[in-house]
Amino acid sequence: MNRNLYRQVSNGLARVFVYGTALAALIPLGLVLAYTVSKGLPSVENVDFFINSFRPIGIPGGGVAHALAGTVIMVGLASLLAVPVGILSGVYLVEYGRGRWGDLIRLASDVLVGAPSIAIGLFAYALLVAPFHHFSGISAAVALAVLMLPVVIRTTEGAIELIPGSLREAGLALGLARWRVALQLIVPAAAPGIVTGALLAVARAAGETAPLLFTAFGNQILNLDPSKPMAALPLLVFNYARQPYPQAQQQAWGAALVLVVLVLITNLTSRFVFRRQIALASKL
Amino acid sequence: MEGASPAKLEVSSLSFYYGRFRALKDISLDIPENRVTALIGPSGCGKTTLLRVFNRMYDLVSKARAEGSVRLDGMEVTETTRLLELRQKVGMVFQRPSPFPLSIYDNVAFAPRLLGWRRQQVAEAVETAITDAALWDEVKDRLKDPAASLSGGQQQRLSIARCLAVKPEVILMDEPCSALDPVATLKIEDLIDRLARQYTIVIVTHNMQQAARVADFTAFMLMDTDERYGQLIEFAPTTDLFNKPTDPRTEGYITGRFG
Ligand SMILES: Nc1ncnc2c1ncn2[C@@H]1O[C@H](COP(=O)(O)OP(=O)(O)OP(=O)(O)O)[C@@H](O)[C@H]1O
Ligand SMILES: [Mg+2]
Repeated sequence: MNRNLYRQVSNGLARVFVYGTALAALIPLGLVLAYTVSKGLPSVENVDFFINSFRPIGIPGGGVAHALAGTVIMVGLASLLAVPVGILSGVYLVEYGRGRWGDLIRLASDVLVGAPSIAIGLFAYALLVAPFHHFSGISAAVALAVLMLPVVIRTTEGAIELIPGSLREAGLALGLARWRVALQLIVPAAAPGIVTGALLAVARAAGETAPLLFTAFGNQILNLDPSKPMAALPLLVFNYARQPYPQAQQQAWGAALVLVVLVLITNLTSRFVFRRQIALASKL
Repeated sequence: MEGASPAKLEVSSLSFYYGRFRALKDISLDIPENRVTALIGPSGCGKTTLLRVFNRMYDLVSKARAEGSVRLDGMEVTETTRLLELRQKVGMVFQRPSPFPLSIYDNVAFAPRLLGWRRQQVAEAVETAITDAALWDEVKDRLKDPAASLSGGQQQRLSIARCLAVKPEVILMDEPCSALDPVATLKIEDLIDRLARQYTIVIVTHNMQQAARVADFTAFMLMDTDERYGQLIEFAPTTDLFNKPTDPRTEGYITGRFG
Protein backbone atom coordinates (compact mmCIF):
# COMPACT_ATOMS: atom_id res chain seq x y z
CA MET A 1 0.00 0.00 0.00
CA ASN A 2 2.64 2.40 1.15
CA ARG A 3 4.93 1.31 -1.62
CA ASN A 4 2.20 1.85 -4.17
CA LEU A 5 1.69 5.37 -2.94
CA TYR A 6 5.41 6.04 -3.18
CA ARG A 7 5.45 4.75 -6.73
CA GLN A 8 2.51 6.91 -7.70
CA VAL A 9 4.09 10.01 -6.22
CA SER A 10 7.45 9.45 -7.87
CA ASN A 11 5.74 8.67 -11.14
CA GLY A 12 3.80 11.88 -10.89
CA LEU A 13 6.88 13.88 -10.04
CA ALA A 14 8.78 12.41 -12.99
CA ARG A 15 5.93 13.32 -15.27
CA VAL A 16 5.79 16.88 -13.97
CA PHE A 17 9.52 17.18 -14.51
CA VAL A 18 9.35 15.91 -18.09
CA TYR A 19 6.47 18.18 -19.00
CA GLY A 20 8.12 21.07 -17.18
CA THR A 21 11.36 20.81 -19.12
CA ALA A 22 9.51 20.37 -22.39
CA LEU A 23 7.54 23.50 -21.57
CA ALA A 24 10.72 25.38 -20.65
CA ALA A 25 12.07 24.57 -24.08
CA LEU A 26 8.85 25.44 -25.88
CA ILE A 27 8.07 28.70 -24.09
CA PRO A 28 10.92 30.78 -25.55
CA LEU A 29 10.25 29.40 -29.02
CA GLY A 30 6.55 30.12 -28.67
CA LEU A 31 7.19 33.63 -27.36
CA VAL A 32 9.63 34.48 -30.15
CA LEU A 33 7.21 33.19 -32.75
CA ALA A 34 4.14 34.84 -31.26
CA TYR A 35 5.88 38.14 -30.74
CA THR A 36 7.41 38.20 -34.22
CA VAL A 37 4.11 37.26 -35.82
CA SER A 38 2.07 39.84 -33.93
CA LYS A 39 4.61 42.60 -34.53
CA GLY A 40 5.45 41.68 -38.09
CA LEU A 41 2.02 40.79 -39.40
CA PRO A 42 0.93 44.38 -40.14
CA SER A 43 3.94 44.75 -42.47
CA VAL A 44 3.53 41.56 -44.42
CA GLU A 45 -0.20 42.01 -44.91
CA ASN A 46 0.71 44.51 -47.60
CA VAL A 47 1.90 43.09 -50.95
CA ASP A 48 4.01 46.22 -51.46
CA PHE A 49 6.23 44.89 -48.71
CA PHE A 50 7.44 42.10 -50.97
CA ILE A 51 7.52 44.10 -54.21
CA ASN A 52 9.09 47.39 -53.26
CA SER A 53 12.51 48.22 -51.94
CA PHE A 54 13.72 50.92 -49.60
CA ARG A 55 11.73 54.17 -49.41
CA PRO A 56 12.88 57.14 -47.35
CA ILE A 57 11.17 57.61 -44.02
CA GLY A 58 7.86 59.38 -44.47
CA ILE A 59 7.16 57.93 -47.90
CA PRO A 60 4.78 54.99 -47.62
CA GLY A 61 5.06 51.70 -49.50
CA GLY A 62 8.64 50.76 -48.51
CA GLY A 63 9.43 47.06 -48.82
CA VAL A 64 12.09 44.41 -48.46
CA ALA A 65 12.26 43.07 -52.02
CA HIS A 66 15.91 44.11 -52.29
CA ALA A 67 16.80 42.27 -49.07
CA LEU A 68 14.82 39.18 -50.02
CA ALA A 69 16.53 39.07 -53.41
CA GLY A 70 19.94 39.60 -51.82
CA THR A 71 19.42 36.82 -49.29
CA VAL A 72 18.20 34.40 -51.95
CA ILE A 73 21.08 35.19 -54.31
CA MET A 74 23.83 35.10 -51.70
CA VAL A 75 22.57 31.96 -49.98
CA GLY A 76 22.08 30.39 -53.40
CA LEU A 77 25.65 31.18 -54.44
CA ALA A 78 26.94 29.97 -51.09
CA SER A 79 25.04 26.70 -51.59
CA LEU A 80 26.52 26.27 -55.06
CA LEU A 81 29.94 26.46 -53.45
CA ALA A 82 29.37 24.58 -50.20
CA VAL A 83 27.00 21.78 -51.15
CA PRO A 84 29.05 19.98 -53.84
CA VAL A 85 32.32 20.40 -51.95
CA GLY A 86 30.65 19.36 -48.70
CA ILE A 87 29.08 16.25 -50.22
CA LEU A 88 32.35 15.16 -51.82
CA SER A 89 34.22 15.72 -48.57
CA GLY A 90 31.61 13.75 -46.64
CA VAL A 91 31.86 10.89 -49.12
CA TYR A 92 35.64 11.02 -48.87
CA LEU A 93 35.48 10.86 -45.10
CA VAL A 94 33.36 7.70 -45.08
CA GLU A 95 35.00 5.90 -47.98
CA TYR A 96 38.65 6.78 -47.60
CA GLY A 97 38.91 8.86 -44.45
CA ARG A 98 40.22 6.31 -41.99
CA GLY A 99 43.72 7.75 -41.83
CA ARG A 100 45.29 11.05 -40.90
CA TRP A 101 43.76 13.10 -43.68
CA GLY A 102 40.29 12.03 -42.65
CA ASP A 103 40.93 12.93 -39.03
CA LEU A 104 42.29 16.29 -40.12
CA ILE A 105 39.19 17.06 -42.19
CA ARG A 106 36.96 15.99 -39.31
CA LEU A 107 38.87 18.18 -36.90
CA ALA A 108 38.80 21.13 -39.28
CA SER A 109 35.06 20.85 -39.84
CA ASP A 110 34.39 20.53 -36.11
CA VAL A 111 36.45 23.64 -35.47
CA LEU A 112 34.62 25.45 -38.27
CA VAL A 113 31.24 24.59 -36.76
CA GLY A 114 32.30 26.30 -33.57
CA ALA A 115 34.07 29.24 -35.18
CA PRO A 116 32.42 32.63 -34.46
CA SER A 117 30.67 33.70 -37.63
CA ILE A 118 32.00 37.24 -37.31
CA ALA A 119 35.52 35.85 -37.59
CA ILE A 120 34.55 34.08 -40.78
CA GLY A 121 33.11 37.34 -42.06
CA LEU A 122 36.37 39.07 -41.25
CA PHE A 123 38.26 36.40 -43.15
CA ALA A 124 36.10 36.94 -46.22
CA TYR A 125 36.62 40.70 -45.82
CA ALA A 126 40.39 40.32 -45.78
CA LEU A 127 40.33 37.92 -48.71
CA LEU A 128 37.69 39.34 -51.02
CA VAL A 129 36.74 42.84 -49.94
CA ALA A 130 39.86 44.69 -48.86
CA PRO A 131 41.95 43.78 -51.95
CA PHE A 132 39.20 44.98 -54.30
CA HIS A 133 38.22 48.04 -52.30
CA HIS A 134 34.52 47.35 -52.42
CA PHE A 135 31.87 45.24 -50.70
CA SER A 136 30.15 42.51 -52.69
CA GLY A 137 27.54 39.80 -52.56
CA ILE A 138 30.20 37.33 -53.68
CA SER A 139 32.39 37.93 -50.65
CA ALA A 140 29.34 37.37 -48.45
CA ALA A 141 28.49 34.18 -50.33
CA VAL A 142 32.01 32.89 -49.67
CA ALA A 143 31.69 33.68 -45.96
CA LEU A 144 28.32 31.90 -45.82
CA ALA A 145 29.72 28.95 -47.77
CA VAL A 146 32.46 28.54 -45.17
CA LEU A 147 29.75 28.49 -42.50
CA MET A 148 27.68 25.94 -44.41
CA LEU A 149 30.52 23.63 -45.37
CA PRO A 150 31.01 21.78 -42.06
CA VAL A 151 27.28 21.24 -41.68
CA VAL A 152 27.05 19.67 -45.12
CA ILE A 153 30.19 17.57 -44.56
CA ARG A 154 29.12 16.11 -41.26
CA THR A 155 25.49 15.45 -42.20
CA THR A 156 26.61 13.81 -45.45
CA GLU A 157 28.97 11.62 -43.46
CA GLY A 158 26.20 10.75 -41.02
CA ALA A 159 23.70 10.00 -43.78
CA ILE A 160 26.13 7.69 -45.58
CA GLU A 161 26.98 5.90 -42.36
CA LEU A 162 23.29 5.06 -42.02
CA ILE A 163 23.52 3.05 -45.24
CA PRO A 164 24.38 -0.55 -44.39
CA GLY A 165 27.82 -1.75 -45.49
CA SER A 166 26.17 -4.68 -47.25
CA LEU A 167 25.00 -2.31 -49.99
CA ARG A 168 28.56 -1.18 -50.64
CA GLU A 169 29.79 -4.78 -50.66
CA ALA A 170 27.08 -5.78 -53.10
CA GLY A 171 28.18 -3.00 -55.44
CA LEU A 172 31.87 -3.80 -55.16
CA ALA A 173 31.25 -7.51 -55.68
CA LEU A 174 29.91 -6.67 -59.14
CA GLY A 175 33.31 -5.38 -60.15
CA LEU A 176 32.49 -1.69 -59.90
CA ALA A 177 35.15 0.81 -58.87
CA ARG A 178 34.99 2.04 -55.33
CA TRP A 179 34.40 5.69 -56.24
CA ARG A 180 31.60 4.73 -58.61
CA VAL A 181 29.91 2.65 -55.94
CA ALA A 182 30.26 5.57 -53.55
CA LEU A 183 28.96 8.27 -55.88
CA GLN A 184 26.44 6.33 -57.92
CA LEU A 185 25.06 3.83 -55.45
CA ILE A 186 25.68 5.02 -51.90
CA VAL A 187 25.14 8.75 -52.39
CA PRO A 188 21.77 8.29 -54.14
CA ALA A 189 20.71 5.91 -51.37
CA ALA A 190 21.69 8.54 -48.82
CA ALA A 191 20.23 11.42 -50.83
CA PRO A 192 17.42 12.34 -48.44
CA GLY A 193 19.87 12.58 -45.54
CA ILE A 194 22.25 14.64 -47.62
CA VAL A 195 19.44 16.97 -48.68
CA THR A 196 18.61 17.35 -45.00
CA GLY A 197 22.14 18.53 -44.34
CA ALA A 198 22.05 20.97 -47.22
CA LEU A 199 18.74 22.41 -46.01
CA LEU A 200 20.00 22.78 -42.45
CA ALA A 201 23.04 24.59 -43.80
CA VAL A 202 20.83 26.85 -45.92
CA ALA A 203 18.70 27.68 -42.88
CA ARG A 204 21.79 28.48 -40.90
CA ALA A 205 23.26 30.70 -43.61
CA ALA A 206 20.00 32.56 -44.28
CA GLY A 207 19.73 33.68 -40.69
CA GLU A 208 23.33 34.85 -40.22
CA THR A 209 24.02 38.57 -39.84
CA ALA A 210 27.58 38.86 -38.62
CA PRO A 211 29.34 37.49 -41.71
CA LEU A 212 27.41 39.93 -43.90
CA LEU A 213 28.28 43.10 -42.00
CA PHE A 214 31.51 43.82 -43.79
CA THR A 215 31.07 41.67 -46.86
CA ALA A 216 27.63 42.25 -48.40
CA PHE A 217 27.40 45.45 -46.40
CA GLY A 218 23.81 46.16 -47.41
CA ASN A 219 22.21 48.13 -50.17
CA GLN A 220 19.17 50.36 -50.30
CA ILE A 221 18.25 49.61 -53.86
CA LEU A 222 17.36 46.35 -55.50
CA ASN A 223 20.64 44.93 -56.80
CA LEU A 224 20.88 41.56 -58.52
CA ASP A 225 24.59 41.83 -59.32
CA PRO A 226 26.58 39.91 -56.69
CA SER A 227 29.80 41.74 -57.53
CA LYS A 228 28.27 44.82 -55.88
CA PRO A 229 27.07 45.42 -52.32
CA MET A 230 23.85 43.59 -51.59
CA ALA A 231 21.01 43.86 -49.15
CA ALA A 232 19.98 40.90 -47.00
CA LEU A 233 17.09 40.25 -44.64
CA PRO A 234 19.10 39.92 -41.43
CA LEU A 235 21.15 43.01 -42.31
CA LEU A 236 17.99 44.95 -42.96
CA VAL A 237 16.54 43.91 -39.62
CA PHE A 238 19.75 44.95 -37.93
CA ASN A 239 19.84 48.34 -39.63
CA TYR A 240 16.14 49.24 -39.41
CA ALA A 241 15.62 48.11 -35.84
CA ARG A 242 18.24 50.55 -34.59
CA GLN A 243 16.48 53.53 -36.15
CA PRO A 244 14.23 55.70 -34.02
CA TYR A 245 11.43 55.82 -36.59
CA PRO A 246 8.40 53.59 -35.98
CA GLN A 247 8.05 53.03 -39.73
CA ALA A 248 11.55 51.57 -39.95
CA GLN A 249 11.01 49.47 -36.84
CA GLN A 250 7.77 48.16 -38.23
CA GLN A 251 9.58 47.07 -41.37
CA ALA A 252 12.28 45.44 -39.29
CA TRP A 253 9.62 43.28 -37.61
CA GLY A 254 8.14 42.42 -40.96
CA ALA A 255 11.52 41.40 -42.35
CA ALA A 256 12.23 39.38 -39.20
CA LEU A 257 8.94 37.55 -39.67
CA VAL A 258 9.77 36.73 -43.29
CA LEU A 259 13.17 35.44 -42.22
CA VAL A 260 11.78 33.35 -39.36
CA VAL A 261 9.17 31.79 -41.62
CA LEU A 262 11.77 31.01 -44.31
CA VAL A 263 14.10 29.38 -41.82
CA LEU A 264 11.26 27.50 -40.15
CA ILE A 265 10.02 26.09 -43.45
CA THR A 266 13.55 25.04 -44.38
CA ASN A 267 14.03 23.35 -41.04
CA LEU A 268 10.71 21.54 -41.11
CA THR A 269 11.33 20.36 -44.66
CA SER A 270 14.73 19.03 -43.65
CA ARG A 271 13.15 17.09 -40.76
CA PHE A 272 10.56 15.63 -43.08
CA VAL A 273 13.20 14.59 -45.59
CA PHE A 274 15.33 13.08 -42.86
CA ARG A 275 12.46 10.88 -41.65
CA ARG A 276 12.22 9.51 -45.17
CA GLN A 277 15.93 8.72 -45.07
CA ILE A 278 15.55 6.75 -41.85
CA ALA A 279 12.58 4.87 -43.28
CA LEU A 280 14.49 4.15 -46.49
CA ALA A 281 17.71 3.10 -44.80
CA SER A 282 15.87 0.67 -42.56
CA LYS A 283 14.62 -1.12 -45.67
CA LEU A 284 18.07 -1.65 -47.18
CA MET B 1 28.09 -35.68 -63.03
CA GLU B 2 31.19 -35.96 -60.90
CA GLY B 3 33.34 -36.78 -63.86
CA ALA B 4 36.78 -35.24 -64.10
CA SER B 5 36.66 -31.53 -64.63
CA PRO B 6 39.56 -29.10 -64.90
CA ALA B 7 40.25 -26.88 -61.89
CA LYS B 8 38.82 -23.39 -62.14
CA LEU B 9 40.34 -22.18 -58.89
CA GLU B 10 43.59 -23.72 -57.70
CA VAL B 11 44.15 -22.99 -54.04
CA SER B 12 47.55 -23.97 -52.72
CA SER B 13 49.06 -23.49 -49.27
CA LEU B 14 46.73 -20.62 -48.56
CA SER B 15 46.93 -18.94 -45.18
CA PHE B 16 44.92 -15.91 -44.23
CA TYR B 17 45.43 -13.33 -41.50
CA TYR B 18 43.21 -10.72 -39.88
CA GLY B 19 46.03 -8.61 -38.46
CA ARG B 20 47.95 -11.05 -36.28
CA PHE B 21 45.15 -13.59 -36.07
CA ARG B 22 45.58 -16.46 -38.46
CA ALA B 23 42.11 -17.39 -39.67
CA LEU B 24 43.11 -19.97 -42.29
CA LYS B 25 46.12 -22.23 -42.36
CA ASP B 26 47.64 -24.05 -45.26
CA ILE B 27 44.57 -24.69 -47.36
CA SER B 28 44.96 -26.47 -50.68
CA LEU B 29 42.17 -27.58 -52.95
CA ASP B 30 41.18 -27.47 -56.61
CA ILE B 31 37.70 -26.17 -57.28
CA PRO B 32 36.47 -27.86 -60.45
CA GLU B 33 35.04 -25.92 -63.35
CA ASN B 34 31.28 -25.94 -63.97
CA ARG B 35 30.58 -27.88 -60.82
CA VAL B 36 29.06 -26.99 -57.47
CA THR B 37 31.48 -27.07 -54.56
CA ALA B 38 30.13 -26.74 -51.03
CA LEU B 39 32.09 -25.49 -48.04
CA ILE B 40 30.77 -26.90 -44.78
CA GLY B 41 31.97 -26.78 -41.22
CA PRO B 42 31.09 -25.38 -37.82
CA SER B 43 30.67 -21.67 -37.22
CA GLY B 44 33.91 -19.68 -37.20
CA CYS B 45 35.98 -22.23 -39.11
CA GLY B 46 36.68 -19.72 -41.88
CA LYS B 47 34.23 -20.59 -44.65
CA THR B 48 33.30 -16.97 -45.30
CA THR B 49 36.92 -15.95 -45.04
CA LEU B 50 37.95 -18.48 -47.68
CA LEU B 51 35.12 -17.44 -49.97
CA ARG B 52 36.12 -13.80 -49.70
CA VAL B 53 39.65 -14.56 -50.73
CA PHE B 54 38.37 -15.74 -54.10
CA ASN B 55 37.03 -12.31 -55.09
CA ARG B 56 39.37 -10.27 -52.89
CA MET B 57 36.48 -8.94 -50.84
CA TYR B 58 38.90 -8.97 -47.91
CA ASP B 59 40.53 -5.86 -49.35
CA LEU B 60 37.83 -3.96 -47.46
CA VAL B 61 39.19 -5.19 -44.13
CA SER B 62 42.22 -3.25 -42.99
CA LYS B 63 45.27 -5.34 -42.10
CA ALA B 64 43.82 -8.47 -43.66
CA ARG B 65 46.22 -10.40 -45.88
CA ALA B 66 46.52 -13.67 -47.72
CA GLU B 67 49.62 -15.83 -48.08
CA GLY B 68 50.02 -18.62 -50.55
CA SER B 69 48.36 -18.88 -53.88
CA VAL B 70 44.93 -18.87 -55.46
CA ARG B 71 44.97 -19.17 -59.23
CA LEU B 72 41.98 -18.43 -61.41
CA ASP B 73 42.67 -19.58 -65.00
CA GLY B 74 46.30 -18.92 -64.26
CA MET B 75 45.74 -15.45 -62.79
CA GLU B 76 47.13 -15.02 -59.29
CA VAL B 77 44.11 -13.81 -57.34
CA THR B 78 45.95 -12.75 -54.20
CA GLU B 79 48.32 -10.51 -56.10
CA THR B 80 46.41 -9.24 -59.10
CA THR B 81 45.98 -5.54 -59.60
CA ARG B 82 43.09 -6.13 -61.99
CA LEU B 83 40.64 -6.19 -59.12
CA LEU B 84 37.58 -5.01 -61.03
CA GLU B 85 38.10 -7.58 -63.73
CA LEU B 86 38.53 -10.28 -61.07
CA ARG B 87 35.30 -9.35 -59.33
CA GLN B 88 33.43 -9.25 -62.59
CA LYS B 89 34.66 -12.78 -63.29
CA VAL B 90 34.01 -13.98 -59.75
CA GLY B 91 30.56 -12.85 -58.66
CA MET B 92 29.17 -13.09 -55.16
CA VAL B 93 25.74 -13.66 -53.65
CA PHE B 94 25.40 -12.73 -50.02
CA GLN B 95 23.42 -14.11 -47.12
CA ARG B 96 21.09 -11.12 -47.20
CA PRO B 97 19.95 -10.07 -50.67
CA SER B 98 20.48 -6.29 -50.10
CA PRO B 99 18.67 -5.04 -53.20
CA PHE B 100 19.76 -1.63 -54.41
CA PRO B 101 17.13 1.03 -53.67
CA LEU B 102 16.11 1.01 -57.33
CA SER B 103 13.56 -0.72 -59.52
CA ILE B 104 13.77 -4.44 -60.24
CA TYR B 105 15.05 -3.72 -63.73
CA ASP B 106 17.58 -1.11 -62.62
CA ASN B 107 19.00 -3.44 -60.00
CA VAL B 108 20.13 -5.82 -62.71
CA ALA B 109 20.98 -3.07 -65.21
CA PHE B 110 23.02 -1.09 -62.69
CA ALA B 111 26.41 -2.68 -63.18
CA PRO B 112 26.15 -3.19 -66.97
CA ARG B 113 25.30 0.50 -67.34
CA LEU B 114 28.20 1.63 -65.18
CA LEU B 115 30.48 -0.68 -67.11
CA GLY B 116 29.58 1.38 -70.16
CA TRP B 117 27.73 -1.26 -72.16
CA ARG B 118 25.54 -0.09 -74.98
CA ARG B 119 21.78 0.25 -74.42
CA GLN B 120 20.90 -2.79 -76.46
CA GLN B 121 23.57 -4.88 -74.75
CA VAL B 122 22.30 -3.81 -71.34
CA ALA B 123 18.71 -4.68 -72.22
CA GLU B 124 19.71 -8.12 -73.47
CA ALA B 125 21.94 -8.84 -70.49
CA VAL B 126 19.18 -7.85 -68.08
CA GLU B 127 16.52 -10.02 -69.64
CA THR B 128 18.86 -13.00 -69.97
CA ALA B 129 20.06 -12.62 -66.39
CA ILE B 130 16.55 -12.37 -64.92
CA THR B 131 15.44 -15.33 -67.00
CA ASP B 132 18.45 -17.41 -66.00
CA ALA B 133 17.78 -16.56 -62.37
CA ALA B 134 14.31 -18.12 -62.79
CA LEU B 135 12.63 -14.85 -61.96
CA TRP B 136 11.42 -13.54 -65.31
CA ASP B 137 7.87 -14.92 -65.22
CA GLU B 138 7.30 -13.51 -61.76
CA VAL B 139 8.55 -10.00 -62.48
CA LYS B 140 8.16 -9.38 -66.20
CA ASP B 141 5.05 -7.25 -65.65
CA ARG B 142 6.48 -5.23 -62.79
CA LEU B 143 10.04 -4.50 -63.80
CA LYS B 144 9.63 -0.87 -62.78
CA ASP B 145 8.51 -1.69 -59.23
CA PRO B 146 10.99 -1.16 -56.43
CA ALA B 147 13.12 -4.22 -55.75
CA ALA B 148 12.24 -3.96 -52.08
CA SER B 149 8.67 -4.93 -52.96
CA LEU B 150 9.78 -8.48 -53.82
CA SER B 151 9.63 -11.35 -51.35
CA GLY B 152 12.83 -12.51 -49.66
CA GLY B 153 13.25 -15.45 -52.01
CA GLN B 154 12.59 -13.29 -55.05
CA GLN B 155 15.08 -10.72 -53.79
CA GLN B 156 17.70 -13.42 -53.46
CA ARG B 157 17.06 -14.58 -57.03
CA LEU B 158 17.27 -10.92 -58.05
CA SER B 159 20.74 -10.70 -56.50
CA ILE B 160 21.67 -13.80 -58.44
CA ALA B 161 20.37 -12.11 -61.60
CA ARG B 162 22.33 -8.98 -60.71
CA CYS B 163 25.44 -11.09 -60.45
CA LEU B 164 24.73 -13.01 -63.70
CA ALA B 165 24.24 -9.75 -65.62
CA VAL B 166 27.95 -8.95 -65.63
CA LYS B 167 28.65 -12.43 -67.06
CA PRO B 168 30.78 -14.00 -64.33
CA GLU B 169 32.50 -17.36 -64.62
CA VAL B 170 32.52 -18.22 -60.94
CA ILE B 171 29.68 -17.54 -58.49
CA LEU B 172 30.38 -17.47 -54.78
CA MET B 173 27.40 -17.92 -52.49
CA ASP B 174 27.61 -17.34 -48.75
CA GLU B 175 24.69 -19.10 -47.08
CA PRO B 176 22.30 -17.82 -49.74
CA CYS B 177 19.29 -19.60 -48.28
CA SER B 178 19.77 -19.06 -44.58
CA ALA B 179 17.17 -16.28 -44.47
CA LEU B 180 14.63 -18.09 -46.65
CA ASP B 181 11.70 -20.44 -46.06
CA PRO B 182 11.84 -24.03 -47.36
CA VAL B 183 9.93 -23.32 -50.57
CA ALA B 184 12.12 -20.37 -51.50
CA THR B 185 15.17 -22.44 -50.56
CA LEU B 186 14.10 -25.21 -52.90
CA LYS B 187 13.77 -22.75 -55.76
CA ILE B 188 17.30 -21.46 -55.20
CA GLU B 189 18.62 -25.01 -55.03
CA ASP B 190 16.95 -25.85 -58.34
CA LEU B 191 18.46 -22.73 -59.76
CA ILE B 192 21.94 -23.64 -58.54
CA ASP B 193 21.53 -27.02 -60.18
CA ARG B 194 20.76 -25.41 -63.52
CA LEU B 195 23.44 -22.73 -63.29
CA ALA B 196 26.12 -25.32 -62.60
CA ARG B 197 26.16 -26.28 -66.26
CA GLN B 198 27.57 -22.89 -67.17
CA TYR B 199 29.16 -21.56 -64.03
CA THR B 200 31.58 -22.69 -61.38
CA ILE B 201 29.71 -22.37 -58.09
CA VAL B 202 31.14 -22.30 -54.59
CA ILE B 203 28.51 -22.33 -51.87
CA VAL B 204 28.91 -21.99 -48.12
CA THR B 205 26.17 -23.71 -46.21
CA HIS B 206 25.37 -24.66 -42.67
CA ASN B 207 22.87 -27.15 -43.88
CA MET B 208 24.39 -30.53 -44.63
CA GLN B 209 21.30 -31.75 -46.44
CA GLN B 210 21.64 -28.77 -48.70
CA ALA B 211 25.27 -29.59 -49.43
CA ALA B 212 24.25 -33.18 -50.14
CA ARG B 213 21.48 -31.99 -52.48
CA VAL B 214 23.27 -29.36 -54.54
CA ALA B 215 27.01 -29.97 -54.41
CA ASP B 216 29.13 -32.20 -56.60
CA PHE B 217 32.10 -31.72 -54.30
CA THR B 218 32.22 -30.84 -50.64
CA ALA B 219 34.99 -29.41 -48.52
CA PHE B 220 34.82 -29.90 -44.78
CA MET B 221 36.61 -27.28 -42.69
CA LEU B 222 37.29 -27.20 -38.98
CA MET B 223 38.80 -24.79 -36.52
CA ASP B 224 41.96 -25.87 -34.75
CA THR B 225 41.16 -26.21 -31.05
CA ASP B 226 44.36 -24.56 -29.80
CA GLU B 227 45.26 -21.85 -32.24
CA ARG B 228 41.78 -21.33 -33.65
CA TYR B 229 42.86 -21.23 -37.28
CA GLY B 230 40.59 -22.78 -39.86
CA GLN B 231 41.86 -25.76 -41.80
CA LEU B 232 40.64 -28.02 -44.54
CA ILE B 233 39.97 -31.49 -43.18
CA GLU B 234 38.63 -33.27 -46.18
CA PHE B 235 37.70 -32.48 -49.76
CA ALA B 236 35.93 -35.09 -51.86
CA PRO B 237 33.01 -35.77 -54.17
CA THR B 238 29.93 -35.11 -52.07
CA THR B 239 28.64 -38.69 -52.08
CA ASP B 240 32.03 -39.97 -50.92
CA LEU B 241 32.37 -37.35 -48.21
CA PHE B 242 28.98 -38.13 -46.77
CA ASN B 243 29.02 -41.91 -47.25
CA LYS B 244 32.58 -42.89 -46.57
CA PRO B 245 34.47 -40.01 -44.95
CA THR B 246 38.16 -40.76 -44.55
CA ASP B 247 38.75 -38.51 -41.55
CA PRO B 248 37.10 -39.31 -38.21
CA ARG B 249 36.49 -35.61 -37.63
CA THR B 250 34.47 -35.40 -40.82
CA GLU B 251 32.50 -38.40 -39.78
CA GLY B 252 31.92 -36.85 -36.36
CA TYR B 253 30.60 -33.69 -37.91
CA ILE B 254 28.28 -35.22 -40.46
CA THR B 255 26.84 -37.68 -38.00
CA GLY B 256 26.18 -34.71 -35.74
CA ARG B 257 28.56 -35.53 -32.92
CA PHE B 258 29.87 -31.97 -32.80
CA GLY B 259 29.62 -28.60 -34.51
N1 LIG C 1 36.89 -8.78 -40.09
C1 LIG C 1 37.43 -9.65 -39.24
N2 LIG C 1 38.41 -9.26 -38.39
C2 LIG C 1 38.95 -10.12 -37.52
N3 LIG C 1 38.61 -11.41 -37.42
C3 LIG C 1 37.65 -11.88 -38.23
C4 LIG C 1 37.01 -11.03 -39.18
N4 LIG C 1 36.07 -11.75 -39.85
C5 LIG C 1 36.14 -13.00 -39.34
N5 LIG C 1 37.08 -13.08 -38.38
C6 LIG C 1 37.46 -14.29 -37.63
O1 LIG C 1 37.90 -15.27 -38.53
C7 LIG C 1 37.41 -16.54 -38.18
C8 LIG C 1 36.64 -17.15 -39.32
O2 LIG C 1 35.48 -16.37 -39.57
P1 LIG C 1 34.47 -16.66 -40.75
O3 LIG C 1 33.47 -15.58 -40.75
O4 LIG C 1 35.24 -16.89 -41.98
O5 LIG C 1 33.80 -18.02 -40.27
P2 LIG C 1 32.61 -18.84 -40.91
O6 LIG C 1 33.09 -20.21 -41.08
O7 LIG C 1 32.09 -18.13 -42.10
O8 LIG C 1 31.55 -18.81 -39.74
P3 LIG C 1 29.96 -18.77 -39.83
O9 LIG C 1 29.54 -20.15 -40.16
O10 LIG C 1 29.53 -18.40 -38.47
O11 LIG C 1 29.58 -17.78 -40.87
C9 LIG C 1 36.58 -16.36 -36.93
O12 LIG C 1 37.38 -16.69 -35.82
C10 LIG C 1 36.26 -14.89 -36.92
O13 LIG C 1 36.16 -14.43 -35.60
MG1 LIG D 1 30.23 -17.16 -42.61
